[in-house]
Amino acid sequence: MMNSLRGENLLSLDDLSEEAMVEILDTAESFVEVNRRTIKKVPALRGRVVASLFFEESTRTRLSFETAAKRLSADVLSLAIASSSVKKGESLRDTISTIDALGIDAVVMRHQSSGAALQVSRYVPHVRVINGGDGQHQHPTQGLLDAFTIRQILAERSGTTGLESGSTLFKGLKVLVVGDLRHSRVARSDVAAYVTLGAEVRVAAPGTLLPDDLASWPVSVVTDFEEALGWADVVGLLRLQRERGSGSFVPTLREFTTTYGLTIERAKKLRPETIIMHPGPINRGVEIDSRVADLPAAVIDRQVTNGVPVRMAVLYLSVAGTKGDEQ
Amino acid sequence: MSFIVLRQGLVVGESSSGVADVVIEDGIVREVGPKVSKPSGAVEVDVEGCWVGPGFVDLHTHLREPGREEAETIESGARAGAIGGFSALVAMPNTEPALDNAALVSYVLDRGDKTPLDIAVAGAITQGRRGELLAPMAEMAALGVRLFTDDGTGVQNPSLMRRALDYAKPLGVRLAQHCEDELLAAGGSMNEGIVSSRLGLVGRPALAEELMVMRDIELVRLTGCPLHFLHLSTARSVALVVAARREGLPVTCEVAPHHFTLNETSLATFDAHFKVHPPLRPLSDVDALRTALAEGLIDAVATDHAPHAPELKDLPFDEAPPGMLGLEHVASLTYEALGGEATNPATFFSLLSRGPARIAQLRARDLRPRHSAQGGAMSAGEDANVVVFDPRERWSVRRDDLQSRAVNTPYDGRALLGRVRTLVVKGEFVVHDGVLA
Repeated sequence: MMNSLRGENLLSLDDLSEEAMVEILDTAESFVEVNRRTIKKVPALRGRVVASLFFEESTRTRLSFETAAKRLSADVLSLAIASSSVKKGESLRDTISTIDALGIDAVVMRHQSSGAALQVSRYVPHVRVINGGDGQHQHPTQGLLDAFTIRQILAERSGTTGLESGSTLFKGLKVLVVGDLRHSRVARSDVAAYVTLGAEVRVAAPGTLLPDDLASWPVSVVTDFEEALGWADVVGLLRLQRERGSGSFVPTLREFTTTYGLTIERAKKLRPETIIMHPGPINRGVEIDSRVADLPAAVIDRQVTNGVPVRMAVLYLSVAGTKGDEQ
Repeated sequence: MSFIVLRQGLVVGESSSGVADVVIEDGIVREVGPKVSKPSGAVEVDVEGCWVGPGFVDLHTHLREPGREEAETIESGARAGAIGGFSALVAMPNTEPALDNAALVSYVLDRGDKTPLDIAVAGAITQGRRGELLAPMAEMAALGVRLFTDDGTGVQNPSLMRRALDYAKPLGVRLAQHCEDELLAAGGSMNEGIVSSRLGLVGRPALAEELMVMRDIELVRLTGCPLHFLHLSTARSVALVVAARREGLPVTCEVAPHHFTLNETSLATFDAHFKVHPPLRPLSDVDALRTALAEGLIDAVATDHAPHAPELKDLPFDEAPPGMLGLEHVASLTYEALGGEATNPATFFSLLSRGPARIAQLRARDLRPRHSAQGGAMSAGEDANVVVFDPRERWSVRRDDLQSRAVNTPYDGRALLGRVRTLVVKGEFVVHDGVLA
């Protein structure tokens, strides 16, 4: 368990203490302001090289990380896997060695296999590894930016700031996570973030989309989804991971929507202040009705916006921070 | 021909053990006696404090030849087996191509003859191990093949498995099953449970194994054909087989060293050296297997020695092939699991030699003129396949010291107690003072 990300890899939110998470959120606050400037750039990582390796397709995470690195003045090496030697059969180990040989300080990596980021961290121990999503395991920066977004909104409402509030706004916060928990790396990271920061988490999903060993998760399962909607301060929807086979875990998409989709009727059960979140990309009409996705309570675009300062904070702490720095 | 006297070791017979000298001459055990006078010209070895028993027999070795010689060859696998104390190995048929006909079986037997050990062959049950059509088992049986399996996967189709048992029974051979229902295992890469759920890896539930054990016990009841259960990994699987045996059904079972020494928490770092099928299970299953071993409920320890080239174990976890090395340290791990110094030597040799020799029908020569009799009683007149195991020696596994061509051991750096000191096969030294002769 790490008490600070300074000088460390970010592989899983299971590794981070509450203190370490708050440090990242607080650091991200300071970068929010940078993103509002006309010249959106600070020299924090000038001269450092960040490689961006996306073995699995991504829109927002990749753009968000690369934007974050550039705003910190880092040089970004971006490998398009579709046109790389990986297509000629180069192994993960050799690909990473090749890029390392060019001289890099950090690698942001997304891969379809759980554990790939951890494996890479063993191959290049001198390089900081930031997990941008590995298989069904973890998506740590998504968990952090979701927590950041919640804190930001709650702080605005209570007339305070994220920095002043620390983790206090999460104490007793009621979060309902809905959908494909079995296949979702976002769910694993979100649950770790929310629970570590002090929230109470409940989950709702068809029996086939709950994780294998739910008893070991620090959550409870709701028996009445509609009632739970009225209970929740935050509803976190998850994308149905059809590319990971979740299609065969529910009879039809229509039935999934009928039973666990956030339809316009169900959205009426929410309290007015309840926050609706979704990591994207959204399947409109499946997990969430198109009209619900466009409600003011749905903060999907804000999550994307916050991705940049949160990833700036992660890169800054991990790459510029020194191990054991008590600062 | 060598002339050897092993002095004052604990000679472990089937039912009794005692300190004695063992005289080996012309490939056979000439005499076992309390204090034989020194025959002229004999090489004397002081083995006081060591256990002297029949050479080990492995029911489950992947020698990879033909097809994957970069991972192991029959020659390198035999060296690894020798260092581990084995005088006989049963080569598994999941080579490329699979050992599913007499020509390929002959090839492996011929290559085996060039090694000092007896290399027996397990033939495939189905053509190409595809689980569709029966392989020509009678032609392979005529070459001395006594064990058939599609190991790597089990025969999934119950109707085909029933037909295989019906066909094998009059041949006097035994089938062996890798029990995992692949549809229930769902392409998973580790045990299904708390750890897989946390790591986001697809799990192979214990039930995938147990369900096929249940199915096959009933097929044995239906057909009467003997069946051997390979590498059982759960408490429930063992309990099912033990109960079936008590009912009088002709079933036997083995366990693999990794299943009684390692548990699923080793997967937490996504190190593919710990990936194996059936997967490493929770500690409760590990403890149950150890208890069953000590209580004599298991017929054999078998290594499931599965060499893989290093680059394959560097693949992302879900893409890496399952399997790990086993031959070179299984005796020490078995000694440890049986209680170390509290180990009953007769149980030890039953698990590593006599039990597996009985299952593979290697105790008599009959159909295999080029092989010797294995798993002997340590009495005068039998073929001299003898191992000397020193239960006092402490050592550590070192990846770089392995005889195997591959290095995919999960035990690198592990401290062990007890080691093979000497191995005599067909009357000749193969290992002497812990090194290959």
